[in-house]
Amino acid sequence: MTERFATGFHPFVLPFLAGMAFVLAVCAVKAAVVVGQLDKADRKKWLLSLIHPNLIIKNAVDIVLDCLIHVKLWKRNRILGLMHSSIAFGWFMIILLGHLEVLVYFPGKLATFYYPIFFDYFVEGGQHTVISKAMDAFLLLVIAGIALAVVKRFWSRLFGMKRTARPTLFNLLGLYSLWAIFPLRLVAEQCARAGNLTVAPWWAYSIALCTFMAVLPFTRYLHIPAEMLLITMRNAGVGITRPHKGMARVQADSCPNCGVCIDACPMNADTANLKNSTVYLTRQLRRGNEPRVREISDKCMLCGKCTSVCQVGVDGPKLRILARAARKYRITPDFSRISSDGYDTYWASGKILYFSGCMSQLTPNIGRSVESILRKSGVRYEWMDRDGGLCCGRPLHTAGRLKEAAALRKKNEEIIRKSGAHTLLVSCPICYREFSESYDLGSTKVAFYSEYFRKMMDKGLFTLEKGDTCYVYHDPCELGRGCGIYDSPRALIGKAAAIAEAPKNRAESVCCGGSLGSLSLDFEHREKITRASLENLYASKADAIATACPLCLATFARYADRPVKDLAQIIDEQIIM
Amino acid sequence: MMDFGFSLSKSSTMDLGKVDDLRFEQLCRLEPGAGICIGCGSCSASCPAGRLSGMSVRKVLLALQRGRSAGEMLQCCMLCGKCTMVCPRGINTRNLILSICKIYD
Ligand code: SF4
Ligand code: SF4
Ligand code: SF4
Ligand code: SF4
Repeated sequence: MTERFATGFHPFVLPFLAGMAFVLAVCAVKAAVVVGQLDKADRKKWLLSLIHPNLIIKNAVDIVLDCLIHVKLWKRNRILGLMHSSIAFGWFMIILLGHLEVLVYFPGKLATFYYPIFFDYFVEGGQHTVISKAMDAFLLLVIAGIALAVVKRFWSRLFGMKRTARPTLFNLLGLYSLWAIFPLRLVAEQCARAGNLTVAPWWAYSIALCTFMAVLPFTRYLHIPAEMLLITMRNAGVGITRPHKGMARVQADSCPNCGVCIDACPMNADTANLKNSTVYLTRQLRRGNEPRVREISDKCMLCGKCTSVCQVGVDGPKLRILARAARKYRITPDFSRISSDGYDTYWASGKILYFSGCMSQLTPNIGRSVESILRKSGVRYEWMDRDGGLCCGRPLHTAGRLKEAAALRKKNEEIIRKSGAHTLLVSCPICYREFSESYDLGSTKVAFYSEYFRKMMDKGLFTLEKGDTCYVYHDPCELGRGCGIYDSPRALIGKAAAIAEAPKNRAESVCCGGSLGSLSLDFEHREKITRASLENLYASKADAIATACPLCLATFARYADRPVKDLAQIIDEQIIM
Repeated sequence: MMDFGFSLSKSSTMDLGKVDDLRFEQLCRLEPGAGICIGCGSCSASCPAGRLSGMSVRKVLLALQRGRSAGEMLQCCMLCGKCTMVCPRGINTRNLILSICKIYD
């Protein structure tokens, strides 16, 4: 193997070098800006994590698994995973092996940066080494991936995707230059190896590379460097604290617009909402299009499904809550008038304190059934909001009125701490999420009723008789995806009745459409969402629907063609005295 | 002022001088539901803030239409959404409340 030219240079490498310098500079500036936007403590945490041996290994493993192999995408959609991983992994291997090749044979040329990229032009007979053969194989892999991408672009249904994100002009430029890079490389290499040293294909190859790198910072391809930063930040425990800035910005930049969240989003049962999916939120956040960010943020039901399917872990609901928090209001809630004086100190000492939540006042059966179960099992309890109480604060929290939510929580905290109860029993998942995530209740433990009842049943405090109704259990968003509770309601229903599963269940469950998360969805537009959610439950062929949330119950009851019951009602009906 | 031996007593419910139509129209643009309330009071009956500040979506809308301030009532709203659940007109009362908080004092 010999070098063809003593100079080792040709002007066609210049576009590539310019593109490379540009993209590195822009990415460095962007990274510095977001790191500068982090809270001080977070920044310190992140910097320290970069030198922590365990975290270095974890970062490296995660980057390989997520950015190169796209493991999560494989799990979601195999063919999409195949496409992304063949392009990303193949390209990475070509770059890595290309540098290795230069390092082994012409170490002095490594500093030129362009030698590994245009190797076959500058070197004669380089194609016979093992490294070169491996690179050829990887190049074919990438081209196969690109072929899949072409198919997906025009016939996405073959990929099992009903809808994909509409690319913008810049994105199209990036897309087409990316597609062009690899076939051009193949042509240029084959020509050079056959002894034809015409520079036209090399120019084309270099210009395609340059175009791709020049548009990269302004397109979804920014996700390639951004996701690496995101992984290190996530592993360091950095959270989203400011709208549009710091971690929020990194998450928005890390979204490759794969579009998986579009089909997943329950709002899209109504096509009017298509452009409100998380993929469009990240896009508008990048563009700084405030009116659209506001609209998209207000529409979403915060059901969390987009996050559960997202391969890079974009936290759509959290981004939206913070965007909402940036709103200005002229009238601000003031809860200082509310006092906890009506509640005696230690009034629930040694007992459990039951909090049914304000929504349950519209579904009084839930509270009555919980009370009846507790009484039948001989558990001592007090009912905190039997005659109406305060809201848990979650609706204010999700509406982005964070300070006001905290003020309301404080009022509830006072009452609960003062009561001396050992456990706070909650039957509403919306309240439960707020209590378990945001409250500080001292020694009082928070328990969701399905978990608590299951423990009571296991201890033999009550026994259930199996009835002959068959229920399909609907996982409420706040309970399943929100708090990770999937099994205890099923265990209880399974003892009291036959149980069927809907096609989309557990983390895939479809929001009932009643969610308080959305600020701007109106009654009419919610109906389609509710009906789509019901269709999913009907597909289980069960005779009745079970759920564990007063809001799901009330929402389904409005349109369902079969009975809808709360978990507590089902248990109470089947308890053997 | 001339004394005719009688005077006009001020309306106790409505001060036309203070009614701000433009602002109410702005509100209707932000939340069209503002214009279709039938004053049934379902929202008031279900509202947990009612006993704290007299909050009632019905009364707030009336107050605004009559040129009176509703700020004090709104201050105890917890956005719990029960009023939305019960409203027979399907008004998105939470969006209504947030919109009022944005444009009224
Ligand atoms: S938010 Fe996640 S699922 Fe949606 S397009 Fe972006 S990466 Fe894909
Ligand atoms: S949180 Fe739910 S409703 Fe909102 S965008 Fe994600 S999937 Fe759609
Ligand atoms: S959202 Fe506000 S006005 Fe409506 S019921 Fe709840 S506290 Fe009352
Ligand atoms: S429930 Fe609806 S229609 Fe009735 S008074 Fe309240 S807002 Fe108006």
